[in-house]
Amino acid sequence: MAPPGNPSLLTNPRLARWLTFEDDGGVVVRTGKSELGQGIDTALIQVVSDALAVSPDRVRLAAPDTSAGPDEGFTAGSLSVQQSAGALLAAASHARSLFAAAAEDRIGPVSDVVDGTFVGAASSLTYWDLRPDVDLDVDVPLEAHAHVRDSLVGTNVPRVDLADKILGRPRFLQDMRVAGMAFGRVIRPPYRGARLEDVDAAAVAREAGVLAVVEDGSVLGVVAESEILAREAADRLRASARWSGEPPTLDDSQVVAFLTGVDAETTVLADGPAVAAPALAARYTRPFLAHASIGPACAMAVDRPDGLVVWSHTQGVFPLRRDIARALGRDEADVEVRHVEGAGCYGHNPADDAAYDAALLAVRVPGRPVHVTWTREDEMGWAPFGPAMVIDIAAATDTTGRITAWSWDGYGNGHSSRPSTLPTPSLLAYGAQSGGTAIPPSQDPPQTAGAGTGRNAIPGYDVGPVRARAHRALEMPMRASALRSLGAHMNVFAIESHLDDLARMHAADPLEYRLRHLDDPRGRAVLERAAQSADWGRALPDSRGRGVGYARYKGTGAWCAVIAEVEAVDAIRVMGLWIAVDCGRVISPDGVANQIEGGAIQSLSWTLKERVRFADGAVTSNTWEEYPILTFAEVPPVHVSVIDRPDRPWLGAGEASMGPTAAAVGNALVDAIGVRVRDLPITPEAIVAAME
Amino acid sequence: MDSVHALTVNGADREIHCPEGTPLLWALRDALGLTGTRFGCGVGSCGACTVWVDGIPTHSCDTPMWSVAGKDVTTVEGLADAGPHPVQSALIDHQAGQCGYCLSGIVMRAAALVDSARADGRSLTEDEVRAGLDGHLCRCGAHGRIIRAIVAASEN
Repeated sequence: MAPPGNPSLLTNPRLARWLTFEDDGGVVVRTGKSELGQGIDTALIQVVSDALAVSPDRVRLAAPDTSAGPDEGFTAGSLSVQQSAGALLAAASHARSLFAAAAEDRIGPVSDVVDGTFVGAASSLTYWDLRPDVDLDVDVPLEAHAHVRDSLVGTNVPRVDLADKILGRPRFLQDMRVAGMAFGRVIRPPYRGARLEDVDAAAVAREAGVLAVVEDGSVLGVVAESEILAREAADRLRASARWSGEPPTLDDSQVVAFLTGVDAETTVLADGPAVAAPALAARYTRPFLAHASIGPACAMAVDRPDGLVVWSHTQGVFPLRRDIARALGRDEADVEVRHVEGAGCYGHNPADDAAYDAALLAVRVPGRPVHVTWTREDEMGWAPFGPAMVIDIAAATDTTGRITAWSWDGYGNGHSSRPSTLPTPSLLAYGAQSGGTAIPPSQDPPQTAGAGTGRNAIPGYDVGPVRARAHRALEMPMRASALRSLGAHMNVFAIESHLDDLARMHAADPLEYRLRHLDDPRGRAVLERAAQSADWGRALPDSRGRGVGYARYKGTGAWCAVIAEVEAVDAIRVMGLWIAVDCGRVISPDGVANQIEGGAIQSLSWTLKERVRFADGAVTSNTWEEYPILTFAEVPPVHVSVIDRPDRPWLGAGEASMGPTAAAVGNALVDAIGVRVRDLPITPEAIVAAME
Repeated sequence: MDSVHALTVNGADREIHCPEGTPLLWALRDALGLTGTRFGCGVGSCGACTVWVDGIPTHSCDTPMWSVAGKDVTTVEGLADAGPHPVQSALIDHQAGQCGYCLSGIVMRAAALVDSARADGRSLTEDEVRAGLDGHLCRCGAHGRIIRAIVAASEN
């Protein structure tokens, strides 16, 4: 089911780049997509196992590696299943047809393939027997492939990585230990724009166990024999460092005015007319949001005579390699980047920055692998953040309540400053190095790639002519980049809030009002399934309310509807979520449910609690106390219905529930207490502010 | 200045040379190579580093080495003698996790909760598990299945 034009296959047509048959009777499968905790490795094994007709325990998935695997860009946009599974299905089915032909040459007609053995009338041969007969150094045809009999696809296969993690076995890059390794730290400045004036580097460099102190422009780092010594040396360097320069004056309370006032580049996403007499016009805002992974960023690098090797939990080994090479002034061929699993990744987090920290330090101690772990404070304070957004929506209706015109204006920073996508390297330390350049303003992916600020900006409903313009701010109050679902979280929140208010203005049931404006049968199906599962219409006690949110992710991805029930007494408490999702043909029903539920809970956390705070160039929300996230006590029961469409292409599920969940909660609050909160997060203070 | 700290780790007597104030977490990871106990925040607010000290779940990231001299420390690697602890088996059965980084700390907390409930001849409710995991953070949103798995472990 690789549609013509699968970008992974176009970039990496050679079959041998994707899979090889090993001497031990196994198959090594290579992907360019990183396991981030989403379970992609297991899904890919299911697909390849079915396509080759070999048992899954023969299939070993090799982590992304610039020296051996395919270049599949970034692990992003809920595209890993579409791109990597699509490419691997094509590659594996082509391999199977080549081997089948070779088998028939030797043993006549093949009646079946059983765990890698081609069964003929009189004798049998395996993939491994036939290796001398088959050349894998050929291009995989781009045309669609014959349907492969499903055995594992569509079933729940236990994750290949999870048991190790539950048993505490080394699995993460954080756990990696190799002979001769050293430990490094880069000390971040006290505020953005600070220049390093002076530091007592010599005193620290003389200490036992300290291998190197690195001073390069305003980059200050240390390498030591152990993590403990590196931490202590870093503390002493921090204490003796003097910094100069004026900090920026903007704080987080001024972001909306900044983003709507600063120079911007406007992109027209839909060129309908301005809405002349809107029935409702409103502004919606969200603050900067943090990735806030439980494990701070980590990396390891070693500079050997034959090149620099970097281990990273990056989302893209090839783009990271390009930027490390650019920043160090080396040839890409002299840099290798290997993926090793890290803690959960929800977008462009500091994995790449930590990788560059390790590379910079490793260059100073040739031959020694340098392992770098960020502090919690740096993880929350110096990572790229999900951009703050300001959304203005206006809509007109006729007398029956039918929406007749719609306009959307989105203001904010671009949603990507990923490595290799900007004119200069997008690596934190590079911006502070002598001769380095500050990280340029973030950009938005093109509309054909799902846009950024404009992701899900255009409603999936029939709302008449649409005007949609994205205004990308050309200065960043904070470094901005990709956070799970990009603009879709906020746009779906805004659109679905607006739609809900229009329904109320016309005394319509919010669910019925949506269905009235929605022709897409798969969209209607998820709304109806969610409503049925939530028992939509059932009477609720006082101070409780119910709300719905819906979107098709990016307009091209999975369909998802969420119904939330909330109780609002002293605080807003989510009592339950009922979700229906259609992501086409399902590889792993449990994997889809896990991603959809996880996305919904993370979205609840963003929507109800989270806001990056900063002043005088420093992020003040750099601890869990200052940046609280949803706790075990606050997480509601979540009911996920997966609508399987075995005859439709498979689609990613990692980001589809973010927007609909945010919207459902906001709408449920209105149902409960009649208060519309348009400025996220929906805290008790925001509810009070909205009432005034 | 390094000091010698004698303690028991996963049933074995160990002597660890490190400064007095070194957090137990880094002694375990650096000196003993027990990397299953994970760094999350360094100030005891996320739970990723939870181990047992004399059987009591404790944040190893802000527990100084001087305070554990002579004590009995159990990490996720030493939780069960033969085969996984029932909590670990239940987490695997429920595929309860996404990235899994928080899980070894949650395993240590939950194992203590489950062992204690079973010793009293009872099982845990979902609300008891939620309350018990109050000091643990999960960013992936795997909470629901983690809670269900721990309840199931207490029922077996």
